[in-house]
Amino acid sequence: MKTKMKRFAAITATLLLLCGLLAACGGGSGSGGGGGKSESGQVYFQNFKPEQDEAYQAIAAEYTKETGVPVKVITAASGTYEQSLRSEIAKKDAPTIFQINGPVGYASWKDYTADLSASEVYTHLTDKSLAITGEDGGVYGIPLTIEGYGIIVNNKIAAQYFALPGAQATSLDEITTFAKLKAVVEDMQSKASDLRIDGVFASTSLKPGEDWRWQTHLMNVPIYYEWSGEDADLSDPAATAEIKFQYSDNFKDIFDLYLNNSTIKPTVAGSKTVDDSMAEFALGKAVMVQNGNWAYGQISGVDGNTVAAEDVTFLPIYIGAPGEETQGLCIGTENFFCINKNASEADQKASLDFMNWLYTSDAGKAHVTNDLGFIAPFDTFTDADKPADPLGQQVMDWSAKSGIQNVPWNFTVFPSQQFKDNFGGYLLLYAQDQMGWSDVTSKVIADWAAEKAAAA
Amino acid sequence: MQKSLTKYFPAFVLPTLAAFSIAFLVPFVMGIVLSFSDFTIVTDARFNGFDNYVRAFTDPSSNFVYALGFTALFTVVSIITVNILAFLLAMLLTRGLKGTNLFRGVFFVPNLIGGIVLGYVWNTILNAILSNFDLTLMYSANLGFWGLIIVNSWQMIGYMMIIYIAGIQNIPGDLKEAAAIDGANKRQTLFRITLPLVMPSITICTFLTLTNSFKLFDQNLALTGGGPSNMTEMLALNIYHTFYGRNGWSGPGQAKAVVFFALVGVIALIQLRITRSKEVEN
Repeated sequence: MKTKMKRFAAITATLLLLCGLLAACGGGSGSGGGGGKSESGQVYFQNFKPEQDEAYQAIAAEYTKETGVPVKVITAASGTYEQSLRSEIAKKDAPTIFQINGPVGYASWKDYTADLSASEVYTHLTDKSLAITGEDGGVYGIPLTIEGYGIIVNNKIAAQYFALPGAQATSLDEITTFAKLKAVVEDMQSKASDLRIDGVFASTSLKPGEDWRWQTHLMNVPIYYEWSGEDADLSDPAATAEIKFQYSDNFKDIFDLYLNNSTIKPTVAGSKTVDDSMAEFALGKAVMVQNGNWAYGQISGVDGNTVAAEDVTFLPIYIGAPGEETQGLCIGTENFFCINKNASEADQKASLDFMNWLYTSDAGKAHVTNDLGFIAPFDTFTDADKPADPLGQQVMDWSAKSGIQNVPWNFTVFPSQQFKDNFGGYLLLYAQDQMGWSDVTSKVIADWAAEKAAAA
Repeated sequence: MQKSLTKYFPAFVLPTLAAFSIAFLVPFVMGIVLSFSDFTIVTDARFNGFDNYVRAFTDPSSNFVYALGFTALFTVVSIITVNILAFLLAMLLTRGLKGTNLFRGVFFVPNLIGGIVLGYVWNTILNAILSNFDLTLMYSANLGFWGLIIVNSWQMIGYMMIIYIAGIQNIPGDLKEAAAIDGANKRQTLFRITLPLVMPSITICTFLTLTNSFKLFDQNLALTGGGPSNMTEMLALNIYHTFYGRNGWSGPGQAKAVVFFALVGVIALIQLRITRSKEVEN
């Protein structure tokens, strides 16, 4: 009797296991057919930016009210997008719209992205080179917004400095090279007490997870000069498989400038967050901070903010590269939307219709500009649809300036988060005087090659 | 009775068995299968033998072996600090002092706070102290290590203390009385009477400290995030970073997770066996 029971239990267990495995495997391949409950399809948008969740929920409700098409928006918690997308997309009711951060994101999700070259929203894209294209020439990701970053300057304090006797410049317009920037910053730092500031640059946040302004954004500039010198074709993986880090010394120069003319000593940079830096800037303790237009909300939202909207302005990040007099801000995006090609036809169409509505209808456009705060790179947007915040407006102005070469966001092809985190770690050790710059350079070059090879 | 029990056995066991299979067995087996595969999405994997395990251990950027050493050291130090301090507190709070209950509550409370919150709170506290010396927790792996020890001890001591208190209160009063009559001094009572009789508590406390310290994740993530430069990265955080932070490393990340499981299992079993043999029946 006992053996019979045991055998029965064993068989049940095995069967259950098999069922589970089959069900799990079936989820991936069989998602083409079922799923669509309503005939007209439904939209499931997996959103990347937690701060925009509320806006998207309101947009989704409005769209559903207007058209009757159900729209579900799910937002992953900050920093967990990849992991939640990985689990969501394996499900039967997978997201129909998801986001990727650029060519690297496309490389890991290319089995799931539908070709969007025939879509209406793509025809409205002002600069077609912004879209993510595959090796076959198809369009697989369309940017939701463009963003720009540089050195944000508090004009009011800067003007006070320029009025001082012996100032190294008379206005910000004179700063068009690294040499000039360095002269101004160092002189300003020596007069910090006259200007009643703690330092020129807000603290260099090097806490792990808070170091993206350096290991990603700042690194973009030297890498841009390296690749534009080589005329590298960034859509070709072989062209970005390795770097020489040719402008490594330039990176060091500007990074030293940030560290040594700061509100804090370099040894405590490891405890500082981006929020700390932005708060210092907002409270007028610092004159400059490297960040992008998205940070305006952070500046204006600080209690006791002393910086008026008309006083914030952008300066490009000069690193001393040849020809930098005409360099502009770093303008680009790492927010692309993709349509899941494994979703049903109806769902795919419904998803495209939704994106189309968002970027071409008046109601949709109002949401994009006012609620999502996007600078939309589509020709359906006119001057009247310009963003309200001063930094967003400046990004638009810079992108239209004649004779200025803005720097694209080449960091979208940086190897991986691990590469960036490692780099941030080296920068921290360098700031604490525990690693020499030549070690940083060689480690960055080696890490780049290794992480690229692992992903290939 | 026996007969009907046999007859209805499947009906009773099936629901539990199904739940257990879905929630535990299937994912577990899938996990092991995946550790031998190259994959990005769990339902779409290609078998690639022991590649993942080789990469997990030998690739210089993997950091797994370093994290293993760091975790082992952390666990050893944690077991010592947590258990000794918890035992001392338990001794102190079983003497019938005034306010005993209040103090027991106070020491237990840290255990109720989540690890992430605790990590951030202590991050602020420790950085504030260190900033007097122009240092931060990120300055060196040493500072990060002791920071982790402080946070972990602070959190676990209260829980272990409760277990030790229960153990100490279970010791029959007549034994201590007999020892006193026979002329045993305090030290002799502690080592000959108290310690052998709270051995079951020591077993459970060492076991809990060992596995919890070895599996520490939240506090590590929130306090140091593995910094500076991954030098305070413990095993769980290393697995997390490998799996989610790198392209093409899901397989090795899964392999690390399987190794991690095996390590926790083996260590816990050995430890359990060793301490069990020291227990005294009372």
